[in-house]
Amino acid sequence: MKKLSARRRHPLAAVVVLLLALAATGGLYAAFAPAGKAQADETSQSLGITEGQKLYSVGCASCHGTGGQGSSDGPSLVGVGAAAVDFQVGTGRMPAQQPGAQIPRKKVIYTQAEIDQLAAYIASLGAGPAIPTKNQVSPEGADIAKGGELFRTNCAQCHNFTGKGGALTHGKFAPSLEGVDPKHIYEAMQTGPQNMPSFPDTTLSEKNKQDIIAYLDAVNGDDTESPGGLELGGLGPVSEGLFGWIFGLGTLVAVAVWVAARTAKAKKS
Amino acid sequence: MSTTTTSDSRPSREKAPAGERVADWADGRLGIYSLAKSNMRKIFPDHWSFMLGEVCLYSFIIIILTGVYLTLFFHPSMNEVEYHGSYVPLQGQLMSEAFNSTMHISFDVRGGLLIRQIHHWAALIFLAGMFVHMMRVFFTGAFRKPREVNWVFGFLLFVLGMFTGFTGYSLPDDLLSGTGVRFMEGAILSVPIVGTYLSFFLFGGEFPGGDFVARFYSVHVLLLPGIMLGLVVGHLILVFYHKHTQFAGPGKTNNNVVGMPLLPVYMAKAGGFFFLVFGVIAAIAAIASINPIWALGPYRPDQVSTGAQPDWYMGFSEGLIRVMPGWEINLWGHTLVLGVFIPLVIFPLVLVAIAVYPFIESWVTGDKREHHILDRPRNVPTRTAFGAAWISWYFVLLVGGGNDLWATHFHLSINSITWFVRIAFFVVPVLTFLATKRVCLGLQRRDRDKVLHGRESGIIKRLPHGEFIEVHEPLSQDALHTLTAHEQYKPVEIGPTVDENGVERKVSGAQKLRAKMSEGFYGEEGQIPKPTIEEYKEITSGHGHH
Repeated sequence: MKKLSARRRHPLAAVVVLLLALAATGGLYAAFAPAGKAQADETSQSLGITEGQKLYSVGCASCHGTGGQGSSDGPSLVGVGAAAVDFQVGTGRMPAQQPGAQIPRKKVIYTQAEIDQLAAYIASLGAGPAIPTKNQVSPEGADIAKGGELFRTNCAQCHNFTGKGGALTHGKFAPSLEGVDPKHIYEAMQTGPQNMPSFPDTTLSEKNKQDIIAYLDAVNGDDTESPGGLELGGLGPVSEGLFGWIFGLGTLVAVAVWVAARTAKAKKS
Repeated sequence: MSTTTTSDSRPSREKAPAGERVADWADGRLGIYSLAKSNMRKIFPDHWSFMLGEVCLYSFIIIILTGVYLTLFFHPSMNEVEYHGSYVPLQGQLMSEAFNSTMHISFDVRGGLLIRQIHHWAALIFLAGMFVHMMRVFFTGAFRKPREVNWVFGFLLFVLGMFTGFTGYSLPDDLLSGTGVRFMEGAILSVPIVGTYLSFFLFGGEFPGGDFVARFYSVHVLLLPGIMLGLVVGHLILVFYHKHTQFAGPGKTNNNVVGMPLLPVYMAKAGGFFFLVFGVIAAIAAIASINPIWALGPYRPDQVSTGAQPDWYMGFSEGLIRVMPGWEINLWGHTLVLGVFIPLVIFPLVLVAIAVYPFIESWVTGDKREHHILDRPRNVPTRTAFGAAWISWYFVLLVGGGNDLWATHFHLSINSITWFVRIAFFVVPVLTFLATKRVCLGLQRRDRDKVLHGRESGIIKRLPHGEFIEVHEPLSQDALHTLTAHEQYKPVEIGPTVDENGVERKVSGAQKLRAKMSEGFYGEEGQIPKPTIEEYKEITSGHGHH
């Protein structure tokens, strides 16, 4: 102790202390920090990253920059996470066909394996939300009614009561949620693609997201019944009014013409 | 005709048939013989467009019948309950009793959903029918003396129908209609000074409160339909009293009605038509869903959905509010929300514009005679153009009300549509007016040519010297009559303002305006002079063919 205290005024003491402090912080960080990237290098994912990078250079780099740093034509992809890639590429939105108010859904051109590789590469650029597992997106055991309430509170403003879609400003729009893979719905909520706000787990928990998926499956799924007959797009009074005018009043006018043509006078002539 | 004499005069013979005895009994107390005698042979002319009013009447009856059924199960209360019905995606949700009972009607009452859908579809068709009926009356000039009062009755029925529809749409207390009521509250709040008081009065406090469903309910099932029923009866009595109008044609004059008697022909036709209307509406209600409240969810003021529009008849008010720039004035700590208040003021003006037209026209023409022969729309170009302009105006507002769906379905920018509507609101009616007037004048010219030169037969004839001509076939006397039966007004003239003694006469501004409008209506630009007998004789005498 004496030795140590004797040298505490040594000119290099400050440097030594600083070095020790840095080493301690670094060591602690290495011990407790989320590993992810560092570990992944050793596994098959590192191969995926390399493959993904190749795919990226061909299909994405022209807009998003050679290292995913973004350019004037496309945003930076650092930190968007694998979920964003899986959503954008998995729904065919990316690669984009042309710039516009909003990049629409279209035919998917990559296989799921390629999408996973791309996702792995983008995830390696910076930490972001991961692709949800099957269990996370499954509507099994979720509370449909709660999901409906959450949907009406958070989603219906743009996506309509049952997810039929709606208009946003300047040609942007909230797409219809019909026939969208639950995984993609989950990822959209998680990452907030394009004009959509994101709903991370702190805002909308995993359970809440499952409830919403279950609600959409119940009211806008393949097996959804429409108890009242034709849904007319589920768009509300505008399509109802149009239907009423054309088929309701239209039929009645046709009937009136038919009745008026059938009189004693009409038969004579 | 008294009952005692009939029963006394038959003691020896057999009793009169039961039907006759019942009729006798009723006549002795109600005097139905004389009533029937004067009305059973009432003549009604035949034309499909004269049945549009019947469509309205029958759908109104259907609405009343189905509405009564719905009242048996509906609870107009805003008490909060938890849903435990058979629709799974809402189970356990809190909702008002009104919504709960509407869900009950839709899923757990036998035939409830069908009746609900008939009620709602019939309401849409009722309003659409009234709209078209009103336009038929407008374009054929059936509103002229002596039918102005009936025009006003019909107009009031349309307006009351709109509000009855709106209150009915609000009753289930679902997320869509709740948004509509919120919209209405916003409009009321925008009224300067008294807005807040009115809103608090209507909702019994802060919106949404716990009162409005019950209040709207009594307005919807009692107050408005009661007034409407009275107006409908008045409307029908006046139709009987005035007799029905008819289109011009051989044998049809201002003093007769050519057609079939009420009994038996029209009774059978109208009775049958009632069931046809009921059948068509029921079929539509069975085929297509309307207002699926289970998909909309219960109303909560903190929730809202896109695509929140009113039923079509209120769509133009939605359009007014959607395209209005959000102007506001802040004065002394108070806000005047022009962005809402101006649409609120224009809303009634849109309707009044069409309602007052007949009175403007009668003022311009100064015509005090009765008219029972209908106009063909082309023969009154200014009126027809005005009506078309009004419809285009109304339609522009409907486009504004549905701007989001136009945007999504035609891949347009909602902002561009809004700007289009803002400009079109002022421009489209004017363009429609001008275009319609030209079309009418063109059709009048064609009629004139047809009368003077006959119908183009499509037969090409080569003359000996090589010229080709198309043979024109002269029209029949009937057709000639129909095409020339309309009368043409002369423009009103003010006349010399200075008499022979040099004394100046006072000409009021109104007189000048009237002369100007009359010139526009009936001057050279307003109509094509119909062929005179002299012109016709001159051309048909043999050497007129070109």
